[in-house]
Amino acid sequence: MASVSMTVNGKAVSGQCEDRTLLVQFIRENLNLTGTHVGCDTSQCGACVVHVDGKAVKSCTMLAVQANGSEVLTIEGLASGGELHPVQAAFKAHHGLQCGFCTPGMIMAATDMIKRHGGKLDEKTVRDELDGNICRCTGYHNIVKAILAAAEEMGSTRQAAE
Amino acid sequence: MGLEGIGARVARKEDKRFITGKGRYTDDMTVPGMKHAHFLRSPHAHARIRSIDASAAEKMPGVVGILNGRQLTEDAIGNLICGWMIHSKDGSPMNMGAWRPLASDVVRYVGDAVAVIIADTKAQARDAAEAVVVDYETLPLVTSAAAALEPGAPQIHPEAKGNLIFDWEIGDAAATDAAIAAAAHVTEMKIINNRLVPNPMEPRAALGVYDEAEDHYTVWTTSQNPHVARLVMSAFYNVAPENKLRVIAPDVGGGFGSKIYIYPEEIVCLWASKRTGVPVKWNSDRTEAFLTDAHGRDHVSTVKMAFDANNRITGLKVDTIANLGAYMSLFSSAVPTYLYATLLSGQYDIPSIHANVRTVYTNTAPVDAYRGAGRPEATYLLERTMETAARELGVSPAELRRTNFIRSFPHQTPVIMNYDAGDYEASLDAAMQAADYAGFPGRKAEAASRGKLRGIGMSCYIEACGIAPSAAVGSLGAGVGLWESAEVRVNAVGTIEVLTGSHSHGQGHETTFAQLVSDRFGVGIDSVSIVHGDTDKVQMGMGTYGSRSGAVGMSAVVKALDKVEAKAKKIAAHLMEADESDIVIENGELKVAGTDKSVPWFQMALAAYTAHNLPAGLEPGLKEGAFYDPSNFTFPAGCYICEVEVDPDTGKTEVVQFVASDDFGKIINPMIVEGQVHGGIAQGIGQALLENAYYDPQTGQLLTASYMDYTMPRADDLPSYKVSTTETACPSNPLGIKGCGEAGAIGSPPALINAVTDAISNNNLTMPASPHRVWELLNPAH
Repeated sequence: MASVSMTVNGKAVSGQCEDRTLLVQFIRENLNLTGTHVGCDTSQCGACVVHVDGKAVKSCTMLAVQANGSEVLTIEGLASGGELHPVQAAFKAHHGLQCGFCTPGMIMAATDMIKRHGGKLDEKTVRDELDGNICRCTGYHNIVKAILAAAEEMGSTRQAAE
Repeated sequence: MGLEGIGARVARKEDKRFITGKGRYTDDMTVPGMKHAHFLRSPHAHARIRSIDASAAEKMPGVVGILNGRQLTEDAIGNLICGWMIHSKDGSPMNMGAWRPLASDVVRYVGDAVAVIIADTKAQARDAAEAVVVDYETLPLVTSAAAALEPGAPQIHPEAKGNLIFDWEIGDAAATDAAIAAAAHVTEMKIINNRLVPNPMEPRAALGVYDEAEDHYTVWTTSQNPHVARLVMSAFYNVAPENKLRVIAPDVGGGFGSKIYIYPEEIVCLWASKRTGVPVKWNSDRTEAFLTDAHGRDHVSTVKMAFDANNRITGLKVDTIANLGAYMSLFSSAVPTYLYATLLSGQYDIPSIHANVRTVYTNTAPVDAYRGAGRPEATYLLERTMETAARELGVSPAELRRTNFIRSFPHQTPVIMNYDAGDYEASLDAAMQAADYAGFPGRKAEAASRGKLRGIGMSCYIEACGIAPSAAVGSLGAGVGLWESAEVRVNAVGTIEVLTGSHSHGQGHETTFAQLVSDRFGVGIDSVSIVHGDTDKVQMGMGTYGSRSGAVGMSAVVKALDKVEAKAKKIAAHLMEADESDIVIENGELKVAGTDKSVPWFQMALAAYTAHNLPAGLEPGLKEGAFYDPSNFTFPAGCYICEVEVDPDTGKTEVVQFVASDDFGKIINPMIVEGQVHGGIAQGIGQALLENAYYDPQTGQLLTASYMDYTMPRADDLPSYKVSTTETACPSNPLGIKGCGEAGAIGSPPALINAVTDAISNNNLTMPASPHRVWELLNPAH
């Protein structure tokens, strides 16, 4: 067994887990944060994407012990003060989700994508960079729309702040 | 319609919990004392179990119990069944083999469960499974349906000689043969509909809890129809009596048909909970899902389409072999028969049709309904044949279709269905305009200048939804009725709860069902709650599949709303000393028409519950229920046009434009309907270009059992879609709804393949049109 400590959604947490425990298992089973999902066994579907130290990571591809000492952000921590994150709001406004299972991973991946591109995104880039996240319901059409809309909003918000 | 009523593009009420990570799926559930199940599965496609030795595994850390088929038999747990009886053309009933929830003597496909290991953690259960020793005697195997029918093929079930489940026919063979003999032209094809794995993103899961003190059973399960699960688990599987069994299907992460059926795992989890005395949870990993979720399609057909000298279709003859896998899943027999061959008339006026269907056991996963269920197979066969015929006859694909469209309604086809309404030319025209069909030659020339082969293809589909009139399906062999139930509860403060037997697993019922109520009473959708997915809350229902929740489920709500409205008007009329026939309901008020008298909705509701001042003889309260049994199927139809560019160097196909024009009748929420079409098209493009469930014929191993091997459509494989609708009212239900859930998956595969074959000028293409296959057709010398 290993002792693991990390900061998750701004709170210090610690726990005991087997060495082989994946980060996603630690998040779901030890911390009971069940918004992060597991949709495959081969690191393909992206339902488990969280942010570790500010970068999007498939939490099924990382051991919990590897995240020891890290800052982890899950879907539950994305909204702040009851206010939806612009990506969350855009997924709702543009019907970018149906069954909701892939949605947390999509939103976490999209948030990271927008940040990396400084809010400047086009459809082709969004589609290319979304290929690590599988959705079976939406055909991606409205997910792409939502991400582009959120990127535009976040880009212009940033400009306004500058 | 009001801001939130019928036809309004309302954002979904249910989204908030999903976008904040607060959805509650079955695998998110925990109960005190819960243990974890792992299923030990056969690595062989066909083998006899000589022995199972769990003695070493039982001593491993955390192991609570290891159970196999012997204990299951001791407790008299029943066989899994197919609930739709089909008779062969000789009158004999279908030959259904036994399906044990845990195999005890023979395993018949890779993934067949032989034991369940229950332990403190998932990892411990999995570790212990590796220590269970099963001694198998392997047997000869067969994976393809055609091979399974050959003399000398391995015998899979003693009940089905030669692996034939049934040999069924529909239509008039003699008239069809005569039409073919007299034809000016006959188009003949062999059509393969490739096998698919549904792949909802949430893998299946179950949590079974037996409460000894109450002798009560609860199962959380990833189901599209929890009430059917309760019925079947009690009536046939003998797991628990119906009055002591609660089935909850909470948030469910997609279904596409694969979560209609009751699988071995939920039966075993619930039974094992009683047997071991602990709550038992299982959740599937993705490879297990590939191996054990019911697959879809897998038809091999031949078709002959006869034309007269005016290019009018005079007859259609179809012979189909359908692979049903190793066991007959719950509705497997209906898919290649009544959901398939009854749609073979398509949008066309065809005087004679005959179809023969043989269903076959093989050593592969069970095959059942997958999005569209039979109707995609019919549409693909018909629309590939139409396109091919147009090429052979030298007429445009649109013209050949126009020549043969049904133009008057109701229309009785030769294969049972009576189409109630439609305007096929309208959707064809709308699609051709949206696609700028006339401009295609210019785009093709431009693509050629870039070295790309550009092609265009269309598909005019029809489907039967609103499943289904109970007496009609009963006469065709269904073991259940296909009505739906609803209850509308107006609370004392005027808020409203709607209980429905439909189940939402992505379709947005919490929003669209509330829109019906908003439309009727002028109350906001936030004051309307939709309750579904729990057999303790909703008395009975038939669930969601076959695009039935709008046409059937909402119709039940409408019936209940009618009753609520009538009583509400009585109360309001009494309060205002008016005649109830003068009461109108608008904007959340009950008004006396032509006067300024009104009572707010909440005040009427409060009056119903205080019961201080009700009309003489009227019961207190305001709660009404209804069951709605449809009078006919509904018939959504439309036209899809696809343009592709093929790279001749690599064989890779890019979808450069996809246009859909659908007639779904009345639409409650266009945003949600468009989303359904997008998702359906993506699955159809997946079938046509990417997806294929492939069993190795020598070993019976599923070689495409992960996302590394089975090509799921991803964002960069797909275009944005141009979708629009035309509307003919559906006369068969009170709202005029036809249904939209499956159309995209039904209409799109033939449009794709028609486009690719046009691009490469070679019609000899089977799905999926992988780069390798396309490249080989372009480079026949290699």
